[in-house]
Amino acid sequence: MKVAVLGATKGMGRALARAMAARGDALFLLGRDPAELAKSGQDLAARGAKGVGHAPCDLETPETFAPGLAAAETALGGLDAVVVTAGLFATQDALEADPRLLGRVLDADFTGTILFCEEARKRLLARGGGTLCVFSSVAGERGRKPVALYGAAKAGLSTYLEALDHRYREAGLKTVCVKPGFVRTSMTAGLPEPPFAGDPEGVAATVLRAIDRGTPVVYAPPIWALVMLVIRLLPRFVMRKVKF
Amino acid sequence: MTKLLSGWGRIGVPGREILSEDLERITKGAVLSRGLGRSYGDSSLPPPGTLDVVATPLADRILAFDPASGRIRAEAGLSLRELHRVFMPQGFFTPVSPGTKFVTLGGMVAADVHGKSHHSTGCFGGHVHRLKMRVADGRIVECGPDLETDLFRATVGGMGLTGHVLEVDFTLARIPSPWILGEGERIHDIDAFILALKEAGKTWPFTVGWIDCLSSGSAMGRGILTRGRWATADEAPDAFPREPRPLTVPFVFPEAALSRASVRAFNALYYRQPLGRRGIRHPDQFWYPLDQILHWNRIYGRRGFTQYQCVLPESAGIDAARRFLELLTSKGGASFLCVIKDCGPEGQGLLSFPKRGISIALDMAVRDDTQAIVDALNERVIAEGGRVYLAKDTFTRPEHFRAMEPRLPEFQRIRRLWDPEGRLKSAQSVRLFGDKP
Repeated sequence: MKVAVLGATKGMGRALARAMAARGDALFLLGRDPAELAKSGQDLAARGAKGVGHAPCDLETPETFAPGLAAAETALGGLDAVVVTAGLFATQDALEADPRLLGRVLDADFTGTILFCEEARKRLLARGGGTLCVFSSVAGERGRKPVALYGAAKAGLSTYLEALDHRYREAGLKTVCVKPGFVRTSMTAGLPEPPFAGDPEGVAATVLRAIDRGTPVVYAPPIWALVMLVIRLLPRFVMRKVKF
Repeated sequence: MTKLLSGWGRIGVPGREILSEDLERITKGAVLSRGLGRSYGDSSLPPPGTLDVVATPLADRILAFDPASGRIRAEAGLSLRELHRVFMPQGFFTPVSPGTKFVTLGGMVAADVHGKSHHSTGCFGGHVHRLKMRVADGRIVECGPDLETDLFRATVGGMGLTGHVLEVDFTLARIPSPWILGEGERIHDIDAFILALKEAGKTWPFTVGWIDCLSSGSAMGRGILTRGRWATADEAPDAFPREPRPLTVPFVFPEAALSRASVRAFNALYYRQPLGRRGIRHPDQFWYPLDQILHWNRIYGRRGFTQYQCVLPESAGIDAARRFLELLTSKGGASFLCVIKDCGPEGQGLLSFPKRGISIALDMAVRDDTQAIVDALNERVIAEGGRVYLAKDTFTRPEHFRAMEPRLPEFQRIRRLWDPEGRLKSAQSVRLFGDKP
């Protein structure tokens, strides 16, 4: 498989790229820091990925999207899948205290990600189809106190991805919306750990299976599907009371 | 409420891990780095008054690999488990392995780890070409056996006190197959054990002994000697060895679970286990038997445990081990893990633990008399000209450590050269080396 990954240098993106490398997929890395991309490229090559190139691409800079994806298509000699694991995160308290940071997070996780996906969609459809796998979040499943702002951006993103799947599946574009629960990464380091926390390696295995099968929505770790089902069913008066 | 951070012995101090993929960023101004926290005592814990220590496991990328020579450069947080997962299928293994795969490269350098192969391959530091480090003044420097030699010698085995290891460049060992050819032998007492261990070391690259340190009299030091080498491609099964699914100790055991009687019963059974013939062994079973049980440190109860590991030098004579075990049994240091190993020549690291002789390691649940037992054992070890292993230590007194370690002043001199203000420290360096908290 020929895959372009935005966000492979860290966390779940790193683990997913490694899982792909281990089975010999060809990878092209997109991200902000060329030095970091080069190091991750070395790592993935040592783990079995074929010819790992990289190009700059930043969710906060939409002008980088088309050149980044074009570089990937050229280097890989085609494109079967585009994966987006990048995104910005901050706690609710930090976002409420700093409107500039809030603007950046909403911009990167909603507008930026969707603009990037639109570019990827056009390129994949022009090739006759492919897979677009995007990391949203369980934070977008229900309006909840600790993720009111981050969750709003992710809810919008999830809705877009659902519609994309409905609209273009027949034309050959498979959209995979990943909804990670709490996963132990540097992004969540220091946050209190809820039950059912997962590891990036487990998430990677789950997501890779979903990409291969074209599963439109995947929770990772899978138990979070059940957790979120319960949370979606809770009446509003309960949601006002609880902390999660 | 302040959270506790602890080593493998589960004796906690207030502390917090700072985790990131970006070690260069988080090591700025940090007092100490830790890997997977498998050192038993306080080596990886912050000094009193400090909470934050850098945790390296997310920085685990392979940065370069040459399949022709086996030379590899990787970030300090890469674990042995992951290293083997990637490179065993390609015919490579770490040149030196400790008794667990849940260690990082940085930790292996800091403790200058040794293992079943010490008599044949020495310590890990002997296979390192370059270290990239952040030193106390904030600079990033490279050192090696031929570059900034003093810094390198002080860092290998220096318990992270000379700087934060960011990258490690070393050479992997080529293996003919991923399987081990091993054999076991029951040995009836300690004197025979030491002779058998030294004899086995002449022809076998990997040797290790388990001894029953509760047995006394004529059976004192009875146990099982294990010998091994990599199986040749002809001897090995065709299949690649799959990592076994580990069991988990789900909760902390009550203290009463580990009574003298239960340990004695376990040891008697273990000694009589069927040894099986010389044959093919799974590499995980051979190298990392304890890794099959996750959280095994919970069996020692709420107060945690310590491992006492010392080396008794060859110069102390063959009776030294018997004298040590006699003292241990008289003090009632009940233990079911007493491991005895053959040590080759001392490594280049200034505080590197092994030297030519015999290493004995035993686990002790913390009780009211633990300090007294460790003091008595240390006095014996000092008299024999031996020393203890910092990566295991929690209870040694500074005066005892100084008496064991004539190399300490040289280590401290180099440390002060690179860190005149004493910025880098650990709970252990405050306890043992007189660092100011």
